[in-house]
Amino acid sequence: MKILVTCKRVLDPYVKARVKADGTGVNLDNVKMAMNPFDEIAIEEAIRMREAGKADEIVAVSIGAAKTEETLRTALAMGADRAVHVVTEDDIEPLGVAKVLKSLVESEQPGLVIMGKQAIDGDSNQAGQMLAALLGWAQGTNVSNVELDGDTANITREIDGGLERLALKMPCVLTSDLRLNEPRYASLPNIMKAKKKPMDKKPIDELGVDTAPRQTLVSVSEPPPRAAGVKVASVDELVDKLKNEAQVI
Amino acid sequence: MNFGLTDEQQLIVDTVRSFVENEIYPFEAEVDKAGEVPHELAQSIMQRCKDIGFWACNMPESVGGGGLNHLDFTLVERELGRSSMALNHFFGRPSNILMACEGEQIEKYLMPAVRGERFDALAMTEPDAGSDVRGMKCSAKLDGGDWVVNGSKHFISHANVADFVITFIATGEEDTPRGKKKKITCFLVDRDTPGFDILPGYNSVSHRGYQNCILSFKDCRLPAGQILGELHGGFDIMNTWLYATRLTVAAMSVGRARRAFELTLPWCAEREQFGQPIGKFQGVSFQLADMITEIDAADWLTLAGAWRLDQGLPANREIASAKVHATETLAKVTDTCIQLHGGMGLMDDLPFERFWRDARVERIWDGTSEIQRHIISRDLLRPLGA
Ligand SMILES: Cc1cc2nc3c(=O)[nH]c(=O)nc-3n(C[C@H](O)[C@H](O)[C@H](O)COP(=O)(O)OP(=O)(O)OC[C@H]3O[C@@H](n4cnc5c(N)ncnc54)[C@H](O)[C@@H]3O)c2cc1C
Ligand SMILES: Cc1cc2nc3c(=O)[nH]c(=O)nc-3n(C[C@H](O)[C@H](O)[C@H](O)COP(=O)(O)OP(=O)(O)OC[C@H]3O[C@@H](n4cnc5c(N)ncnc54)[C@H](O)[C@@H]3O)c2cc1C
Repeated sequence: MKILVTCKRVLDPYVKARVKADGTGVNLDNVKMAMNPFDEIAIEEAIRMREAGKADEIVAVSIGAAKTEETLRTALAMGADRAVHVVTEDDIEPLGVAKVLKSLVESEQPGLVIMGKQAIDGDSNQAGQMLAALLGWAQGTNVSNVELDGDTANITREIDGGLERLALKMPCVLTSDLRLNEPRYASLPNIMKAKKKPMDKKPIDELGVDTAPRQTLVSVSEPPPRAAGVKVASVDELVDKLKNEAQVI
Repeated sequence: MNFGLTDEQQLIVDTVRSFVENEIYPFEAEVDKAGEVPHELAQSIMQRCKDIGFWACNMPESVGGGGLNHLDFTLVERELGRSSMALNHFFGRPSNILMACEGEQIEKYLMPAVRGERFDALAMTEPDAGSDVRGMKCSAKLDGGDWVVNGSKHFISHANVADFVITFIATGEEDTPRGKKKKITCFLVDRDTPGFDILPGYNSVSHRGYQNCILSFKDCRLPAGQILGELHGGFDIMNTWLYATRLTVAAMSVGRARRAFELTLPWCAEREQFGQPIGKFQGVSFQLADMITEIDAADWLTLAGAWRLDQGLPANREIASAKVHATETLAKVTDTCIQLHGGMGLMDDLPFERFWRDARVERIWDGTSEIQRHIISRDLLRPLGA
């Protein structure tokens, strides 16, 4: 079985995001970029499936500008077999991403797609769901455990208030949650091999997919700084404040 | 000329950086306080290093190592240098002098070291012979087929966890136009050899937990088969294989200086006194500017030295410059980082006092700053007949 795994290049999660002075976005000039952490987990899961003999090929996919190649090299150094780089300078919205991936799924014919549950830049948590819908495949989002059994993926999902277990018919789309696994470091032998592994570059226009934005970015701003807390004397006062000041109940 | 890292080099740097951040940083403070490394922690770092194929990354692929060239290995050392030496020692890099092993030595010393089954240490220094290695008194006399060794060595790093020690010993004297000169031979000495003892050393202010030992030889018999390289060929093998260890010190110093700087920069942007971030005072901001300038200079000197080695170019002076500049930069930077943190910089709640202590040894071991300046100046003046 072939597994398609996505990996997005995002601001390094350990770098403090700073909003551009003109409010048009987050400053990404000269800051450290890294693979989206949930995608690292997705790749790790795919590698474990291959090690367990359940898969024989892992294709890492990313959509982005020239530098995205570095993120794909990381995926190859972790253990993916080959990479597809869909080249674009534009920011692609989740629906556009899902359409691009659908087109790749049609040409690659994987038995499974594993994605991160969200990318830590936009935090949209949409691309996996949209891809499954476009393909008409089953979807397992926010998964914390996966067992493949023939044509079935038995998954555990982290949902509000507990864990949900589902049996999905394959092929399907899975999105990883934080607790699915702990991703490995790239190994030295794999780092040395990564350069020799194939990386297919596809200009986004050649896919014949409409990725035009549906949304307009109005502005980006820093979250308001956290104000100091207050002490309340009684439960009544607390309830009163929650109702009338915070207006949350 | 190209000053950028290749994709592979960037991946190597990223991987070793994440390794030290996740596997070493969390344990540094406790190891520094305890002055020793818990056995299980050492084992786990070793195992994880092996799992990712970085064990013996400095050794050639032909013997099962990672096959990194000098430049790539220097990048590894630079990242490792950010972290505690007591702990990054277990990210195994056997001494490459073991490549001189021949015959049975290969299976007994070289291969187990590359596989991570046996640890080496390296001994030259003696109480009366530090910078002046040739002044060593630890000596061996031939008796039957064996060499009988008497004398001692001190400051021998991590011999407490070593299975064998690569030891330089005087094996005679020769007459030269400048008088008598000691002949030196390199021996492989197993920890359990009768007459050989590895004793606890001194408590150092730097790198607590990375211990140094005293070696004692009392009528210790070593068969000729324990000689590494040629009899009386100690200096040749030293020059062939140990030439580049100063680069390791330089690279580690650059890594640690940059870590200290990276922790100090945001502090200067955030800490407010007199109603504004202290970084807005020129007295502070110029110190930041000086630090990054010196760190970058040390970094480039170090990488250029490694690059020269890979090109087969003369590098003795360049490596000496890298060592002296990187270690002195580290000293200045760690001192300044404490200064910019004010009183808190001195407290062991923050890592700066540790960085500052650890920095001190770098100007002493592997050739003091004075010896490096001697090497640099001789290289400049000798051709002029001065
Ligand atoms: C923690 C630690 C670990 C070590 N680990 C090892 C190890 O694993 N193996 C090993 O073999 N050694 C090891 N060493 C020894 C180290 O290499 C020596 O300390 C170093 O070479 C200096 O020798 P010394 O301490 O005897 O000082 P000395 O050589 O006595 O120097 C004293 C002072 O005189 C100066 N000086 C000496 N000669 C000259 C000269 N010609 N011109 C100008 N100034 C001069 C020196 O620069 C220094 O300032 C270690 C040392 C330390 C502190
Ligand atoms: C061991 C110890 C004992 C002490 N005992 C006492 C005590 O008994 N009583 C007491 O009251 N205090 C005590 N102190 C506090 C001591 O006086 C302060 O640490 C010192 O005044 C510096 O303040 P700070 O640590 O908050 O650093 P900060 O004031 O935050 O300074 C941080 C850095 O910014 C620099 N900086 C700040 N302002 C400027 C400026 N305008 N221009 C340029 N650079 C600037 C400083 O020079 C420093 O490098 C003690 C401190 C220590 C470490």
